[in-house]
Amino acid sequence: MRPSDLSNHISQWFDGSGPGADIVISSRVRLARNLGGFEFCSCLSFARKREVLYKLKEIILGLDLGQDLFFIDVDNSSSLEQDLLVERHLISRQHAQAKGPRGAVIACNESFTAMINEEDHLRIQVFKTGLQIKECWEKINRIDDLIEQQAEYAFDPEYGYLTACPTNVGTGIRVSVMLHLPALKMTGQIEKFYNAAKDTDLAVRGLFGEGTDAVGDFFQLSNQVTLGFSEQQIVEEFAGFIVPKIVEYEIMAREKLLKARPDMLDDKVQRALGVLRSARLISSQEALFLLSHVRMGVNLKRLEGISMATINELFMLTQPAHLQMRQGQELDPDRRDAMRAQMIRSRLCQN
Amino acid sequence: MLCQSCKERTATIHLTEISGGQRSEMHICEQCAQEQGIVVKNQIPINELLSTLLSAQAEGQTGGAGTAGIDPSEELSCPVCGMTLKKFSKTRLLGCPNDYIAFDEPLRSLIERSQGGHSRHCGKTPSRAPSAMKNHMEMMNLRRQLEEAVKAEDYETAARIRDQMQQKL
Ligand SMILES: [Zn+2]
Ligand SMILES: [Zn+2]
Repeated sequence: MRPSDLSNHISQWFDGSGPGADIVISSRVRLARNLGGFEFCSCLSFARKREVLYKLKEIILGLDLGQDLFFIDVDNSSSLEQDLLVERHLISRQHAQAKGPRGAVIACNESFTAMINEEDHLRIQVFKTGLQIKECWEKINRIDDLIEQQAEYAFDPEYGYLTACPTNVGTGIRVSVMLHLPALKMTGQIEKFYNAAKDTDLAVRGLFGEGTDAVGDFFQLSNQVTLGFSEQQIVEEFAGFIVPKIVEYEIMAREKLLKARPDMLDDKVQRALGVLRSARLISSQEALFLLSHVRMGVNLKRLEGISMATINELFMLTQPAHLQMRQGQELDPDRRDAMRAQMIRSRLCQN
Repeated sequence: MLCQSCKERTATIHLTEISGGQRSEMHICEQCAQEQGIVVKNQIPINELLSTLLSAQAEGQTGGAGTAGIDPSEELSCPVCGMTLKKFSKTRLLGCPNDYIAFDEPLRSLIERSQGGHSRHCGKTPSRAPSAMKNHMEMMNLRRQLEEAVKAEDYETAARIRDQMQQKL
């Protein structure tokens, strides 16, 4: 499998089929681990980095996860291939831009990925569609056990799993969900969400695009504290309390909009659809913004004949590297905007 | 949302308490929170923590009775990877597992503050005993000395270090 093989379809965790996926698009659990007896990546020589890469690659490719696994040599990938992997959340931007021997082991259905020699020697992640954090944790915990049978992790009885950055020390766990919160945004309540997140030591980031600005009402919420709680406690608090609470707020905001201002809601949805169906040039930012409104329209059953699958597909496949990979070449922004507009028109007009 | 306490100002602080398996929520304004002695802990950004860490380190080095005999220019560094606090504060990344020991005190306070006051792991532990930690450190240390000896073309020392490493394997 090559990165270009991925550019025609969406990741399974993004298909919108999971529990509560109209609001919680997907769940992810990540563990940060380092090998004992090796310096952390920033102080690791080229030769020793290669050693870490080879060792972890062999171990992980040999795991029986019930899925075909393939390895990507990130260091020797083209920048377009790297961008594609970042757009699919299979590797981080940081991993793409790092230097020296590094790679990723990815499951064919993209439910599991392992970054080797990112900030830590190893960062393993499990993705699932909808709100399935506990399921993600159970799966990644098993994988972690399997790797540990063959590799010795840097571990301290007091501090737990030792990580390159002290903000990850202890469990090394990062639990996160991707949320679609258009009604909270529309009703001016998103600040409340930001504040509540800050009070409970959670981090909020935009899901698409770079930086912290959320484009198209998509947010990524994750835990910050990794020390002093067990993984189960962190997962339980997040999955059992925090996320359901936010989902409840979004549902309330949606109901309120439907009841109090249905015309405004329909206007936003229909205008978005109108532009998407007729535009000849559309930037990825604008597409995200408009698709977000259409997605809500579909969720609230204000639109007929457009499937959630189509919308989700457009989110992923109209990203810059995806467009270029399918064309087999790099394209300037104008060409990309034209191709994006064409793809959106053809998908939204046929049904 | 109005403050539950004074019912006048807007509630800006939202607290959740868990006791006896019961969750209760409280929404109050900043002023009432202060009056009731509720401390709102905020996540301190790591950059901020790092700069305080570094200035505290600098203060400790500018003389005083306790530091007599220590060269003030001699900065705290990790013997295994050569990491210094100054370098760490720039990159935010540690150089090796031993840094957690080498920078024990300053790092502990940083960790506590960035981890919501916690400083002890109580999660998963590897099933195999991490007994080899000390051995790992010694090996990393020797490997570094070996590289230096080779670089300095001091092959006698290099051979001796190689022997030491062989014995440890
Ligand atoms: Zn008050
Ligand atoms: Zn070190």
